[in-house]
Amino acid sequence: MKVTSKDVENVAVLSRLAIPESEVQTYTGHLNALLEYMDVLGELDTENVKPTAHVLPLKNVFREDVVKPSLDRELALSNAPEREDGYFKVPKILEG
Amino acid sequence: MRLFDKPAHVLHDMLVKKEITAVALTQDVLDRIDEVDGEVKAYLTVTREDALAQAAAVDAKLARGESISFWEGIPGAIKDNICTKGIRTTCASKMLENFVPPYNATVMEKIAEVNPVILGKANMDEFAMGGSTENSAYFPTANPWQHDCVPGGSSGGSAAAVAAGTAVWALGSDTGGSIRQPASFCGVVGMKPTYGRVSRYGLVAFASSLDQIGPITRDVTDCAHLLNVIAGYDEKDSTSTKAEVPDFTKSLVQDVKGLKIGMPKEYFAKGLDPEVEKSVRAAIAQLESLGAEIVEISLPHTAYAISAYYLIAPAEASSNLARYDGVSYGERVDGIDIVDMMTKTRSEKFGEEVKRRIMIGSYALSAGYYDAYYLKALKVRTLVKQDFDQAFEKVDVIMSPAAPTPAYKIGEMASDPLKMYMQDVYTVPLNLAGLPGISVPCGFSSAGLPIGLQIIGKALAEDTLIRAAYTYEQSQQFHNKIAGLGGENA
Repeated sequence: MKVTSKDVENVAVLSRLAIPESEVQTYTGHLNALLEYMDVLGELDTENVKPTAHVLPLKNVFREDVVKPSLDRELALSNAPEREDGYFKVPKILEG
Repeated sequence: MRLFDKPAHVLHDMLVKKEITAVALTQDVLDRIDEVDGEVKAYLTVTREDALAQAAAVDAKLARGESISFWEGIPGAIKDNICTKGIRTTCASKMLENFVPPYNATVMEKIAEVNPVILGKANMDEFAMGGSTENSAYFPTANPWQHDCVPGGSSGGSAAAVAAGTAVWALGSDTGGSIRQPASFCGVVGMKPTYGRVSRYGLVAFASSLDQIGPITRDVTDCAHLLNVIAGYDEKDSTSTKAEVPDFTKSLVQDVKGLKIGMPKEYFAKGLDPEVEKSVRAAIAQLESLGAEIVEISLPHTAYAISAYYLIAPAEASSNLARYDGVSYGERVDGIDIVDMMTKTRSEKFGEEVKRRIMIGSYALSAGYYDAYYLKALKVRTLVKQDFDQAFEKVDVIMSPAAPTPAYKIGEMASDPLKMYMQDVYTVPLNLAGLPGISVPCGFSSAGLPIGLQIIGKALAEDTLIRAAYTYEQSQQFHNKIAGLGGENA
């Protein structure tokens, strides 16, 4: 077993997911089964192989820095769970 | 006279000759939805009134003596991960249950220019993660050929709608096979264009370096016409290509003389259903008899492609889905502070498969594991791409099954994600390499389920795919069969 239940709990925090204690073992089992399958990649010597993050020969794509019309504020806020005075509203972030 | 079972090019001619009206056509397809969608469940949203209004506008145009272009008045469905301004777009997730996009995806702007009728939004696996449409947070879609079987996925609603006659055409998206595999399972034509050929702006992101929007249609002719509409550079998608877009309908010619077809030995190996193998081999032999040349090739890293894909796609997904934080759009579940709110929102509103992929992706990207998993997978991606580069020095196209089996029973694979992932063995390598692929119907299993032939092309060679697919299609009758819907006209 490579992934421990402790790892699953840590990854859940990174992913902003709460895994109920009753399901931690199931997740640990699934992740281990998947990662075991991924281990076949270790058979390949990739020492001198460059990684491909993207298939197109693109580097940075720039455009002129000019102001253009953008999404109307009312429309941009139209799906907000909570809003106030033209802003997205969220629960308290800082103490005090 | 019923109209729902005809391809767009036939319906367009009937509209032009005034044999039918656009309203009668849309009404007939809406009637079909009423008749069979209760069982097939291809739609998450049906925009009935808007559809009839769009059709009436086309009839008004015809009444004024104006000419209409190919797609005007032809009703179709849109996969529910493509943003449609003013029409709810859920990605089949509870997270976006009430999301109404304030803008259109670029493909929807292009579609609007040619004035078809939009019938509604098609069901899918949640956030396009899955191969059976069983991962929809709302309901599974049934295969129109046999209702206890899956339609494939993730574009299962789109493929099932075209197969059931509840849409004449549809748009899907393909990250690891999500257009080609459901097209194969449902007996329709589905194409994943070259990465960058079609703008992804407004497609809800799953794995950005792999995702591509494409057409699902009743035949190859309609596929070429729909690709003409959606292809092209878009300044809103910096990964879309500036390559010239040919008129794909010019490739609707029956000619494969001298075409070199590669058959990868690794694709005709263990795990391939014998009936699928028989149909696909017969289809390739048919093209050989029409003048094509068959060449055996090797894609030696095929066995590693699935492993690389199931690290890369979840890694990108874990990053892309970080945006669902309960702040600017989507659902929110209240919490005591912002982190608690985000965690509760994501835990309650994402489904199991989505959570599993976010977890595996976060793990593969996390400190200490990045080099061993994510970077390793990107290097293997290079090897998979090099396999194709070398093969395409010798051949013009590569042919294979689209999926190793015909459609399987609903629930059959649900408990074993790894077994389900293996279904993508023939489709995933193209996404890793960015290549175009098309699935065309090439037969039926003894149980009466469709089988699809996958044709793979060089980058930007969709025209060659269409020529090969059209030549094959016109040489047999499989595309003329309509799903009997549980035996009703079987």
